[in-house]
Amino acid sequence: MAQEFRLPDLGEGLTEAELVSWAVEVGQSIELNQVIGEVETAKALVELPSPYPGVVEELLVVPGATVPVGTPIIRIATDAATGEPPARTPVLVGYGPEAAAESKRARRRPATAPETAYPDGRRPDASPAARLAARERGIDLAVVAGTGPSGAVTRNDVESHTGSAEPSVPSERSDDSETVQRETRTPIRGVRKQTAAAMVRSAFTAPHVTEFVTVDVTRSVELLGRLRDLPEFEGLSVTPLSLVAKAMIVALRANPSLNASWDEENQEIVTKHYVNLGIAAATPRGLMVPNIKEAQSLSLLELCRAITELTATARSGRADPVQLTGGTVSITNVGVFGVDAGTPILNPGEAAILCLGSVDKRPWVHEDELAVRWVTTLSVSFDHRVVDGEQGSRFLSSVAAMLHDPASLLAHL
Amino acid sequence: MVDKIAYPVQLIQPDGLRVFRPDYTSLVRDIRPDQLRDLYEDLVVARRMDVEAVALQRQGELGLWAPLLGQEAAQVGSARALRPDDYAFISYREHAVAYCRGVDPGVMTRMWRGCAHSAWDPSSVNVTNPAIVVGSQGLHATGYAMGAHLDGAEIATIAYFGDGATSQGDLAEALGFSMSFNAPVVFFCQNNQFAISEPVHLQSPVPIAQRAAGYGMPALRVDGNDVLAVLAVTRQATQRAREGSGPTFIEAITYRMGPHTTSDDPTRYRAAAETEIWKARDPIDRMRRLLDREGLLGEEFLARVQATADAVAARLRSGTVEAPDPAPLDLFDHVYSTDHPLIDEEREQYAAYLAGFAGIEEALS
Ligand SMILES: Cc1ncc(C[n+]2csc(CCOP(=O)(O)OP(=O)(O)O)c2C)c(N)n1
Repeated sequence: MAQEFRLPDLGEGLTEAELVSWAVEVGQSIELNQVIGEVETAKALVELPSPYPGVVEELLVVPGATVPVGTPIIRIATDAATGEPPARTPVLVGYGPEAAAESKRARRRPATAPETAYPDGRRPDASPAARLAARERGIDLAVVAGTGPSGAVTRNDVESHTGSAEPSVPSERSDDSETVQRETRTPIRGVRKQTAAAMVRSAFTAPHVTEFVTVDVTRSVELLGRLRDLPEFEGLSVTPLSLVAKAMIVALRANPSLNASWDEENQEIVTKHYVNLGIAAATPRGLMVPNIKEAQSLSLLELCRAITELTATARSGRADPVQLTGGTVSITNVGVFGVDAGTPILNPGEAAILCLGSVDKRPWVHEDELAVRWVTTLSVSFDHRVVDGEQGSRFLSSVAAMLHDPASLLAHL
Repeated sequence: MVDKIAYPVQLIQPDGLRVFRPDYTSLVRDIRPDQLRDLYEDLVVARRMDVEAVALQRQGELGLWAPLLGQEAAQVGSARALRPDDYAFISYREHAVAYCRGVDPGVMTRMWRGCAHSAWDPSSVNVTNPAIVVGSQGLHATGYAMGAHLDGAEIATIAYFGDGATSQGDLAEALGFSMSFNAPVVFFCQNNQFAISEPVHLQSPVPIAQRAAGYGMPALRVDGNDVLAVLAVTRQATQRAREGSGPTFIEAITYRMGPHTTSDDPTRYRAAAETEIWKARDPIDRMRRLLDREGLLGEEFLARVQATADAVAARLRSGTVEAPDPAPLDLFDHVYSTDHPLIDEEREQYAAYLAGFAGIEEALS
């Protein structure tokens, strides 16, 4: 006998959820309450335990699809002899047992639900006016890219939103096995979608300027080697990134305009007297920029520790939402990919981002002679509305100077 | 004398070692190896029941559930201090209290399934049904206690509530009235560090127990993840109440390891590192370490506990999925304890309205 498990209302009165992943496959034997997959609702990411023991017969929903509450999502062949209670229509808050729902008023259940721009389940922040405007136009707020404070959706955003809702189930054009697959169509969703929206927003609101400097960092490389041998630093990743972070925090003190944000709504520039240092990390879920809170008060050791932990949690895909919001300035390390330099796009809401290239041995003029030195290229992109070339340049050259001679950092510790 | 607010009572350390505290140890002198094992079993059963109910909610069998994960010792320790004729007034998270009072796990979920107004008859087990309105049960406990006091009954009532509830007017009134009337109430606050997403330090800059001083009420703090300490302090407070010495305020310091309810996602407002710290203080691990140190832990015992817990969970599951849906007219039952003309009239009107639908399904098909 086969049982279908229908997507229940996992919160109070939710109407749909996104199937994030399956933890089981067809043919697998499963136990009662064994986790079969993960589902993301507007409220939370939750694991689904199986209501039946048995063998998975079919997975009825593809990961990534957003389906209405009540949709059958998995079919499980159960052994009738196990004495499991007869299948009962699950209680769906607000959706009543099905027989009743069909005999009375037909409920409006969209056949397809709009893809949400916020796959982590956050409800978009929006003003009441924006909510009203969205309701009047039948627009799902979740698909509107917000430009207000910390990404809130404003009335303007709703009004200028023209994108129509996309079908929830990824189109599976590759189904036809006859034709050779020459293209793959990947639905734009999840982190990719969010990153894209953030990048577009940043690139087209903040006028970017990027500057470069190439510097001999041999002394920094030597210093890092010595630090690694200290018992305090055992087990930590003591890399150029940590030293760059420290130098950057020090340089921001004299150049606070790079640690600021442009508040369009209030027509104000907000200069932060604290540094929440974002570190861009490539994670299995995509690009994440978790930040280290109050980095200005951390010693080099604490900074190393924080970076080690932050990147580890981000990579495991378990970064705290708290860590992902509230950044004031960022670093991106393209050097780890063996690349010389880059022109990074600002993390939305921030005025500067520093880019660290690879640290390599290169021929360099040292004490008037050609020598083999450790050299790197640093670049900084800044929001030209907030930061002028003068401050941007001073900042970058000051970071470079500290890396060239890390002893000068000591003066500021 | 030791400051009872600055130094919470603890009898078992997180590593399972006993704490030297003769004043409180004397209150649990009768807890011998067998009783210690029973307490351990209660803790394990409580967690197992809770896990099952969360799974049932995820399977669409319950509308909502408020998990107690992490608060087992606070609930079991305090509930096991009660006598049969004492009365417990609970909020929505005290499933372990209900279990210890003798509520059948097979009916425990009915309110959460939305198929009964009252899952059990409160007076058959002297524990109320879950109170969703935060703090209201403090007043109910006080009123009941005042009545008992007037009757000369030697009982205690206990009101369970959270740290957030102490910011509620209902609770302030309950604390005030209970002192004025010397009502035999124990105010048992499970400070699980959160009121939904709001951390306790936003409720009060001083320990929650300190609020009792404003009412002139004796108060103390206890390690809420230490079942023995909770048992000891609750025994002391209920005994005071029964003797006519009035109310006591207990703040049990614990931690809600899970979400506020199955609709909540705690990762949005608290760091995983914080939860890790509290894992080391887990109430069940602590009790197991104590049993282990004292040579009371055997394979056979652990297997028996697990079997009991699984059986309780199975009963909770079958009771849930097989719970009968209520008949529409049941709505009018129990509104008053006796017949009432207005209710009778409403029942008739509603029955007539329902009768109007007879045959409509055939007609439409
Ligand atoms: C009178 C009232 N106000 C608000 C709510 C919404 N609410 C439900 S639980 C809760 C938080 C209660 O926190 P706490 O007292 O600390 O108990 P806990 O949930 O942590 O056990 C709130 C505000 C309610 N149910 N009743």
